[in-house]
Amino acid sequence: MATQIEPEARDSAELFREEVRQFIADNFPEELKGKGLSMGGVEGATKESPAQKSWREAMGGRGWGTPTWPKEYGGGGLSRKQAAILNEELARAGAYNPIGGMGVMMFGPTLLEYGSEAQKQEHIPPICRGEIRWCQGYSEPNAGSDLANLQTMAEDKGDHYLVNGQKTWTSGGQWADKCFAIVRTDRSDKHKGISFLLIDMDSPGVEVRPITMISGTSPFCETFFTDVKVPKENLVGEEGQGWTIGKRLLQHERTNLSGAAPGSRSGASLADIAKKYGRVSKDGTLADPVLRDRIADFEIRWTSFLHTARRAVEESKAQGGVSEISSALKKLGTKLGQERAELTIEIMGLQGLGWEGDNFSPVELQGVRAWLYGKATTIYGGSTEIQNNVIAKRVLGMLDHQ
Amino acid sequence: MAVLNEEQEMLRDMAREWATNESPVTEFRKVRARGEPEAFDREAYATMAEMGWAGVIIPEEHGGSDFGFLSAGLVIEELGKTLTASPLIATTLAASAIILGGSEQQKSKWLPKLAHGEAIATLAIDEGAHHDPDAIEAVVVEGKLTGTKAFVAEAHGADLFVVAAKDGLYLVEKGDGVTLTTRRLTDQRSHADIAFDGAAAEKLADGGDDLLGRVLDRARVLTAAEMLGMAQTVFDMTLAYLKQRVQFNQVLSTFQALQHRMADLFADLAQMRSAVEAGLQAIDSGAGAERAAIVAKAEANRVLHTISNEGIQLHGGIGMTDEYDVGFYLKRARVLENAWGTTSLLRDRFASLGGY
Ligand SMILES: Cc1cc2nc3c(=O)[nH]c(=O)nc-3n(C[C@H](O)[C@H](O)[C@H](O)COP(=O)(O)OP(=O)(O)OC[C@H]3O[C@@H](n4cnc5c(N)ncnc54)[C@H](O)[C@@H]3O)c2cc1C
Repeated sequence: MATQIEPEARDSAELFREEVRQFIADNFPEELKGKGLSMGGVEGATKESPAQKSWREAMGGRGWGTPTWPKEYGGGGLSRKQAAILNEELARAGAYNPIGGMGVMMFGPTLLEYGSEAQKQEHIPPICRGEIRWCQGYSEPNAGSDLANLQTMAEDKGDHYLVNGQKTWTSGGQWADKCFAIVRTDRSDKHKGISFLLIDMDSPGVEVRPITMISGTSPFCETFFTDVKVPKENLVGEEGQGWTIGKRLLQHERTNLSGAAPGSRSGASLADIAKKYGRVSKDGTLADPVLRDRIADFEIRWTSFLHTARRAVEESKAQGGVSEISSALKKLGTKLGQERAELTIEIMGLQGLGWEGDNFSPVELQGVRAWLYGKATTIYGGSTEIQNNVIAKRVLGMLDHQ
Repeated sequence: MAVLNEEQEMLRDMAREWATNESPVTEFRKVRARGEPEAFDREAYATMAEMGWAGVIIPEEHGGSDFGFLSAGLVIEELGKTLTASPLIATTLAASAIILGGSEQQKSKWLPKLAHGEAIATLAIDEGAHHDPDAIEAVVVEGKLTGTKAFVAEAHGADLFVVAAKDGLYLVEKGDGVTLTTRRLTDQRSHADIAFDGAAAEKLADGGDDLLGRVLDRARVLTAAEMLGMAQTVFDMTLAYLKQRVQFNQVLSTFQALQHRMADLFADLAQMRSAVEAGLQAIDSGAGAERAAIVAKAEANRVLHTISNEGIQLHGGIGMTDEYDVGFYLKRARVLENAWGTTSLLRDRFASLGGY
């Protein structure tokens, strides 16, 4: 729908666009063009180059890595519209947002909603500047889909909590400075006995053990807490309110994860990849009609997924709440991401299944790891099965049969 | 399950017992950890040969037992269950080419060695990353082979290559004019590109025009048999896991959503098994072998693809870890899906055979 933009509003939008262009021209190092932030900052603590550092600091200084967050805590204070302009201009210049990770995706928005003034002052600015890495201490060996079954105990010791227990699958745990965790403060009530606690990863008694994944990397850990002292001021919200806060954070996680399956946003289109690795007819179309059909089928569904994602955003804006299709988004986006990765390796044939060696290109090798890592996207952040349960029960009103 | 005779039952039970006890996935982990390009355990292969497995399809007069492909498939299936790394399929397929197309002299030179595990052989057919037997460029001029082959399985351990050239299949021994370049694939097994540069080549001249086609039928069904074993294991592992993992105070297997998923996989697996067995039997009987082999491999591709993905998904986080075995099956699955025909190539062939 084309709405008439007021001349003044257009002027200010254009002015802002000018400002962004100038900022990018002044600050974005040419050598970073076309590069991106890898896997939301959890894929490894690669050393920051001087160029990366200066770009991060420039964006962080403006608060533009977290464009819509309030200015008083170091965010950009931009309207959604301005944020959209910022994104457009970054993309146009081959630039990227250098500030990401779980702090930005999930923890920041949650703390802005539930944190005390002092907590926001302390924790939000370093996230906006991209200085602090956060990890998520939710899952435990016996609390996966059934998160509320968590057993890690935080005992009230007056001025501090004493934390004991084990978390698992902690993405980026070995590189994180801090952990937002849900812990048990009361054993008598499954949900109301949970609290939301911020833990320094370098506190005595915190131990992380990286776990190797099927993709060959070790981006996640088992995390052990033995008599870890956590000051009381690190409790977010009230004691016992952790389940509510923790679930709110999961909503942010889901929104961010739909369509996040690795490979779903890589540069080349499936058709281009197919032309490179397969046979092309004289008229420039793909010679394999079966493959052509499948790529078209995929692209059609991917396009309608993008429409759906857009509609969900518009609906939540209009309703001032979560759109009822937003529960379906994560399930759809992650599935499509996996399908795309499968299709890509199939198009490449055995050349798309390399593990190591010079006779595979970096893109090919990364593609294999991304295909394998991407299997996790339908498991974490609320598995597809759990999304289905949510849709059936909360959206469709279908009852539990057990 | 196909109706087996007593010999076949014994063979299968022996293979099952050996694979379970002597060659569980931990043995594959050792092979992987050694990181040698050959990627199999020579001692284990010698044991297999001693048990007669390398000679299952080889005629008795050449040192084999002549039990046929259904029997070979039974052994391969059991080894597939535990991801046993060995050149058994490769050698069996090379032997089948010699049986179908070799002269008496070629047979008596190679078959006994292959049957006894004294020599290892493999097929070198494709020249690109996709199986494409219609696009062969390698040529033999005056007994010298020139050309390249891509992603040849078990090439590093092989003494003998059965190579597809423009005008038929040839035997080429490891040695002068044969250069291997290792290809490390996600399944961590032996794969190599081979450059043949005027290597001495002997034609398998007695196999008729469609020798390559018939060898490929055999390659498809034996590979499908390995895939069957893998699919069965992933299914069993997943079912066992769901029966013991507790979430929401219940074992996961009580959730109807998961019960129906497993029921679907069970039905798929049943289809895969009958398709594979029918393929193996068709090779033995000779009736409709090409079509049956396509059905076997296409069903194996489809079902193992689904089961390997579902196996990870239904395990949740633990399925994503290297320490747990299920990921190995996923990685091997995709490599085998590409061997001797992806699903789309097989469907295309199937349609052509049906005249549409
Ligand atoms: C790569 C990766 C990174 C992760 N990073 C983090 C992290 O940083 N921090 C963190 O806290 N956690 C993290 N996780 C953990 C993740 O959130 C859990 O793996 C997830 O919640 C699933 O739990 P589980 O692994 O215990 O599987 P389970 O809960 O045991 O589930 C196993 C299978 O059963 C299905 N299932 C379970 N319950 C039901 C039901 N009621 N109905 C139908 N099906 C059901 C599941 O969908 C799944 O398919 C990560 C996981 C992965 C794989």
